[in-house]
Amino acid sequence: MSSPHDVVITGIGLVSSLGEGPDAHWQKLTQPGLEPVLEATRFAPYTIHPLPEIDWNLQIAKRGDQRQMETWQRLGTYAAGLALDDAGIKGNDELSTTMDMVVAAGGGERDEAVDAAILAASESRNDRDVLLNEKLTTELRPTLFLAQLSNLLAGNISIVHKVTGSSRTFMGEEGAGVSAVETAAARIRSGQSTHVLVGGAFQTEHSDMLLGYELAGYLHRGPWKPVWQRQGSEGGGVVTGSGGAFLVLEQREHAKNRGRKIYAELGPVVSSRARRRRGELNSEIAALLKQAALPDGDLLTISAASGAHAATAAEKAVLDANPALAVRAFSTLTGHMKEAQFPFAVALAAMAVDRKAGYPVFDATVERPFEGTPTSVLATAIGYHQFEGLGLVKAA
Amino acid sequence: MANLRDHMGRPIVAVTGIGVVTSLGVGKKDNWEALTSGKSGIHPITRFPVDQLNTRISGMVDFLPSSSKGASHLTYELAETAAQEAVSEAGLDSGDFGGPLFLASPPVELDWADRFSLYNSDKQDSGSERLLRVARALKELDVFETTQFGSIADRLADRFGTRGLPITLSTACASGATAIQLGVEAIRRGECDKALSIGADGSATAEALIRFSLLSALSTHNDIPEKASKPFSKDRDGFVLAEGSGALVLESLEAALARGATILGIMRGCGEKADDFHRTRSKPDASPAIAAVRAVLADAGMSEDEIEYVNAHGTSTPENDKMEHLSLSTVFGERIASMPVSSNKSMIGHTLSAAGAVEAAFSLMTMRESVIPPTINYDNPDPAIVLDVVPNKKRNAEVGTVLSNSFGFGGQNTCLVMAREPV
Repeated sequence: MSSPHDVVITGIGLVSSLGEGPDAHWQKLTQPGLEPVLEATRFAPYTIHPLPEIDWNLQIAKRGDQRQMETWQRLGTYAAGLALDDAGIKGNDELSTTMDMVVAAGGGERDEAVDAAILAASESRNDRDVLLNEKLTTELRPTLFLAQLSNLLAGNISIVHKVTGSSRTFMGEEGAGVSAVETAAARIRSGQSTHVLVGGAFQTEHSDMLLGYELAGYLHRGPWKPVWQRQGSEGGGVVTGSGGAFLVLEQREHAKNRGRKIYAELGPVVSSRARRRRGELNSEIAALLKQAALPDGDLLTISAASGAHAATAAEKAVLDANPALAVRAFSTLTGHMKEAQFPFAVALAAMAVDRKAGYPVFDATVERPFEGTPTSVLATAIGYHQFEGLGLVKAA
Repeated sequence: MANLRDHMGRPIVAVTGIGVVTSLGVGKKDNWEALTSGKSGIHPITRFPVDQLNTRISGMVDFLPSSSKGASHLTYELAETAAQEAVSEAGLDSGDFGGPLFLASPPVELDWADRFSLYNSDKQDSGSERLLRVARALKELDVFETTQFGSIADRLADRFGTRGLPITLSTACASGATAIQLGVEAIRRGECDKALSIGADGSATAEALIRFSLLSALSTHNDIPEKASKPFSKDRDGFVLAEGSGALVLESLEAALARGATILGIMRGCGEKADDFHRTRSKPDASPAIAAVRAVLADAGMSEDEIEYVNAHGTSTPENDKMEHLSLSTVFGERIASMPVSSNKSMIGHTLSAAGAVEAAFSLMTMRESVIPPTINYDNPDPAIVLDVVPNKKRNAEVGTVLSNSFGFGGQNTCLVMAREPV
């Protein structure tokens, strides 16, 4: 039964190594046996999925705005623009100025050259704190700070796309993406918001972004493998990718009144914090599946599994125990996009519901075919280190 | 019998626990004594050398065990200390809080001390290649945890037994207010009957100071540190970087009354509006800040006349104080000249991600104690800003309602309205 306060998805903005926009992603991801786009030399021994060629001017008209950002913020602002365009909101003052926004963000790029010079100099100096002051006061670009601040992705979206109803930034890896979608949906269901922009972006082509995983040895090394097949390989199992995913979530009535195309309804979104050191992850994922009130029958499941050994094994064990789930781990083809993982999963789920077709297997040795028309699709995001959530997307 | 629902039929949200840490001390008692005697916590920087730095003063919290252990550890300890005070005051189980956690905290980065230590533990190759190679051989997660944006909240969730996935957020200098707003909204939506909202910031590193300095945001009045933060003064020249934390236990009034808790205040409303003008500057007509103040009044179901005191954002930057005055005078009209408007930052500096929560805590205490803390260092009023800033000395006054403003980089404007009593 549909209700006027249902949450529906009316805009999707996607960027990954596969291209940009829902159409390009659909075409690529429905090709059986699609090969991932990989870059194995620039950051060796790590493989990454690089950004595609992007004409930033298409979504960020002013060169001055582009110059104020580094790639991460440009990427997020670009993906947000795609979603707003897709929902018919971009350029509409009335809709933009009343639109709420929840962005899931990490931090932006540091100046690698300045950092490397400081580290090199630290080898021959004991007064490292003084060295820092000397170098940072003279070599940092003043505006770089703004390109690094977590909430300035949202800030740039306000400036470039005029989204100014409200602006909130959640931090905390995949969990931030889950909470962003969960909070946005709760606002719409309770009547606090009529339309919300929600999403995130991750730019992996920077050594610090790799370091954020590798300080705990999370990155996969050696030849690339699909997400499910990295257990026992060298490294920690995560292959990262640059990309972004933004959604326009809207109250059903609001979308209908303005005559917009509805991709899908966003059903329950649930989240948790398993105390993983106590071995709670498997039971917590199982509990989330129960809470999501899954429909009977075969269920296409878009998994944001990272490949991280422990988390991915736990997710696989729980999903395998539920034979109705036909799982697709998209990070096999896009890489892990951190804060953007859950919004990306929800977007792929909505596209399948909208187009009334599933995706072929992304890994023929582990995933099984899905026949039939997906009227509901599950999206999961089990964090590589902490936090987990899932959501059920349904036919509009 | 008080109403349990507000003018929009939502559960009324009460405050039943308050905790605070600033450069003035740990806990409400020490902070309140200092704040009401006009004492400044701003002092010379000793945590790191100040060679080459234009600004050599701050409101750092230098007296906690983690004060020298890096931004992540200090932010955690600040958050934990304030939350412990708040949860204890609320009379709740501090190991099994049972509601969600909303944490405003600074974005994290690998500390330079760790960067140096990792880098110099090896000699092969250089730059990021060396760092990555050393990193993957680490056997402990300690350094890793300091670089994960969700780790501080994860530890706090363990410590206090909060429920569900904790939300860590940043709305720059409005973060503390946003954390409170998220808690209020969760209770209003009926998702929970209590929430723990914390703003904490222990990120006053050399690099943070230099970054703000390069944006010309900081005061360089180094000679008399306690005089450097002078909101609404003619010679104000920037904010003073500071650390601190504030924590509130929020509860539906119904649940709080049912368990016989002491009601410390009421969260009447939250309002926000984003600015699309510039990354660091506000729209010259202050329309987004005006809209945020109007939004909070609408959310609270109150008219302008019902606000009795403004706890200003009042950073002491030329830009903020001018814009804040413009927004207040636009909304409150002529009445603003006779309404008390004071800035806690004159004494504690700008606690960044914590500021909204710290100042909400002080706003609630202002009402409970019937004392308005002063704006100190108000020796040279800006003639363009005509406000009753409660200059230099505290004022005894019955205060029933407070507007607390928080504005931040990235076009963030968030306002809270609190009341002493339920309606």
